Amino acid sequence: MPETLVFYLLSGLAIVASALVIGQRNPMYSVLLLVASFGALAGLYIQLDAPFVAVAQIIIYAGAVMVLFLFVVMLLNAPQEDAAEWDRTHPLRIPAFARFGALLALLLVVQLVWALLTAAGTGAPVAARAGSETVSSVRALGRTLFTDYVFAFEATSILILVAMVGAVVLARREGDQA
Amino acid sequence: MDLRFLVQLGIIGLTFFMLINASALLVYAERKVMGFMQQRYGPYLVGPHGLLQPLADILKLLMKEELRPKGADRWLFTLAPILSVTAAFAAFATVPWGAETTLFGLLDEPVKLGAADVNVGVLVVFAITSMGVYGIVLAGWSSNSKYSLLGGLRSAAQMISYELSYATAIAAVILLAGSMSIREIVDGQAGSWFSIVPTWYVFLQPLGFIIYMIAGVAETNRAPFDFPEAEQELVAGYNTEYSSVRFALFPQAEYINMTTMAAVATDLYLGGWHGPFLPVEYGWIWFLVKVGAILFLYIWVRWTVPRYRYDQLMKFGWKWLFPAAVVNLILTAAAVLYFNA
Repeated sequence: MPETLVFYLLSGLAIVASALVIGQRNPMYSVLLLVASFGALAGLYIQLDAPFVAVAQIIIYAGAVMVLFLFVVMLLNAPQEDAAEWDRTHPLRIPAFARFGALLALLLVVQLVWALLTAAGTGAPVAARAGSETVSSVRALGRTLFTDYVFAFEATSILILVAMVGAVVLARREGDQA
Repeated sequence: MDLRFLVQLGIIGLTFFMLINASALLVYAERKVMGFMQQRYGPYLVGPHGLLQPLADILKLLMKEELRPKGADRWLFTLAPILSVTAAFAAFATVPWGAETTLFGLLDEPVKLGAADVNVGVLVVFAITSMGVYGIVLAGWSSNSKYSLLGGLRSAAQMISYELSYATAIAAVILLAGSMSIREIVDGQAGSWFSIVPTWYVFLQPLGFIIYMIAGVAETNRAPFDFPEAEQELVAGYNTEYSSVRFALFPQAEYINMTTMAAVATDLYLGGWHGPFLPVEYGWIWFLVKVGAILFLYIWVRWTVPRYRYDQLMKFGWKWLFPAAVVNLILTAAAVLYFNA
């Protein structure tokens, strides 16, 4: 069962790396662990017979978004997070808030388990499921995206464009002519 | 089946071996070409015509002491060169370098010359090359030195800027070929117009080829875009604090990235292993010749064109190169639509 072994390896890597992202004091390590987690996810996509999604994951998230993150962390040269200072003042230290957060986390876990139990065909091999050939072929993927899901696609594009324009407007200083 | 598997393993090993040698050969070629362009001999003492100079360089570097600055981040400082060189080697995995062959009738079914054949091969090359920036950025940050940090920052900004133009230029080729498999793109360039001009995409995509080459030079941090290591202002940029083998890995990664860039240019624009006079089984000779020519161009550009200023580089990338790439893509899409309809 080499495929199952690879699956557990990649899943384990993704989970451990994601968990460690939160646990780091140094933001640089957090960024890198997130990259590792994205890489493991890309491996899982390959196992799901979706090479295009895997490569897109690496190009967009690991290759572009995270490099930008890294750039920002380096530019700010953020020091190690100082634990002592925000121990008393941080809002998460208020017991009521912490309990509310724990409740939300519990809700999320329950929802995830419920979704896994009720979703049909999660145990079946990928190739046997409906739409598997759509995912593995770039041509079919593009066709589906621009016919069945064209509204969602265009709406997302406009949303991203608006966000980009907003970022440029916000970043510009008053009286900046360039 | 077993023999086929062994042959495939052999091809992968050969690809790896050739890449290592390419980096050594490029060190030699760079110094020799530079020497001729500056009217001097270049290395000529070690071996015939100085051919063993790269070997001597490597031996010297192996003997050196490995230094690590006191304030450096221990893990990332070690990891950075490894990441760099791993990404460089891995990027070549889906680049084919020859037609199918039966090895002079040894095999029943032909094997493909190239480490792996993936149906999104172009994107894989692009994805892995874009991971190479981590090596440089981490080296810059973990060294805990201002010159290294500046080099790493510049590298991150430069790569993000030029990756866009690079990808847009490649997208036009994908449109023309109607495939993302590099092997299919090469096979789409077989034949010639009026049996004189070969049907290479460089003739259909002259602007795209120029954009690819410029962005390629910037992606591999070569002069005139070698800001991450601009020696007049940053000592040696991101690799200032490195020594010994760890240092050697950075130039090696750079030279392998150059080779990959040249090989992909050959496959996408120059017809890969297709060429006159030679039967297609010996097409890899053409492939090597074309890659060599592009690499010579790289070195030639490095020793003749002065370095830009950093703001000029950014302005050029965003205000000229990227719009040109987008126009090229739109025109190509319109043409493909018109002629296919």
